[in-house]
Amino acid sequence: MGNLIKVGMADLNVCVSPDSITTLGLGSCVGIAIRDPVTKIGGLAHIMLPDSTSIRNNTNIPKFADTGIEELVKQVVAKGANRGRLVAKIAGGAQMFSFQSKNDMVRVGERNVQATKTKLAQLKIPILAEDTGKNYGRTVIFYPETGDFVIRAVGKPESVI
Amino acid sequence: MDEITLEKMSNEYFDVLKELGNIGAGNATTALAQLMQCKVDMAVPQVRLLEFKEMGEMMGGEETIMAGIYLGIEGDITGSIMFLLEKQAARHLVNKLMGMELEGEEFSEMEFSALKEVGNIITGAYLNSLSSLTNLVIYPSVPDLTVDMAGAILSVPAIQFGELGDKMLLIQTQFFDEQVLDGYFILVPDLDSYGRILSALGLA
Repeated sequence: MGNLIKVGMADLNVCVSPDSITTLGLGSCVGIAIRDPVTKIGGLAHIMLPDSTSIRNNTNIPKFADTGIEELVKQVVAKGANRGRLVAKIAGGAQMFSFQSKNDMVRVGERNVQATKTKLAQLKIPILAEDTGKNYGRTVIFYPETGDFVIRAVGKPESVI
Repeated sequence: MDEITLEKMSNEYFDVLKELGNIGAGNATTALAQLMQCKVDMAVPQVRLLEFKEMGEMMGGEETIMAGIYLGIEGDITGSIMFLLEKQAARHLVNKLMGMELEGEEFSEMEFSALKEVGNIITGAYLNSLSSLTNLVIYPSVPDLTVDMAGAILSVPAIQFGELGDKMLLIQTQFFDEQVLDGYFILVPDLDSYGRILSALGLA
């Protein structure tokens, strides 16, 4: 058993097998795990907002889907992963509250997932599995050794995607 | 209103917020005591500006199960307000309110609506003080309640603060009846409402 590396909100980190990497309590944020299955080098990003270009105060790279995923890819490649072999799994993007609002911030979970998919497609990184949307929080643990993405939620059995 | 960031806000504004939190929480305590028909005390609220990473830890970890009540705000200012309470504290309040001693993991539908009502009264009392202090008209929306991990609940206001900067403002309030109940208020005005609150308070 390796170490468990923790990633906070608006944060990212890389991880080499046998270590694993986790982020706790994803709500409307999205957790993006990428991995090179050969070198078993991976990484996890916890993004909060879909688009850095629509916000003026955008220097916090891991906060946004677009810049966060780019940075995550850069860092796993720097660690020794092969850019062309990278695959992804994603989780989160829940809508935690359901009150009606004209404010589209309420649908930010959905927009985060969409932006994540767009960015990964643009980088030609296939999404192997996802557990997104719905209305509950998720804790995720990613194992670069196997590519297992373990998902825990309150009052639900643990699942592996 | 360009270049407003929470980091740049003055100490004066903090003091006002603290005072607002104090009065709001005071009103909330009175409302709570009436509802529960018992004595409820309150400690002086703490106003904190926290990094996103620090928030979950402050509440005992991102996976601490909390009850979160969330309301939209309309009127002279727009935005939202959230009140968070640890699950045990929520359980305690609901039991007391309903005159039962249940220790179940899940809240029943009736307990859920009782809890929603508690949240409604507490946030309503808080918004009333904000409204009377600023002379701004504030209408709260129908509340929504969820019981989940602190990190997941907090992601909602954190994302809204995230449009503005990398920190969020939290008002921590301790209530006491026979036990300590830690509650947290998070007020998230929309970007253009900050200026309105500040000028209504004579600070802009």
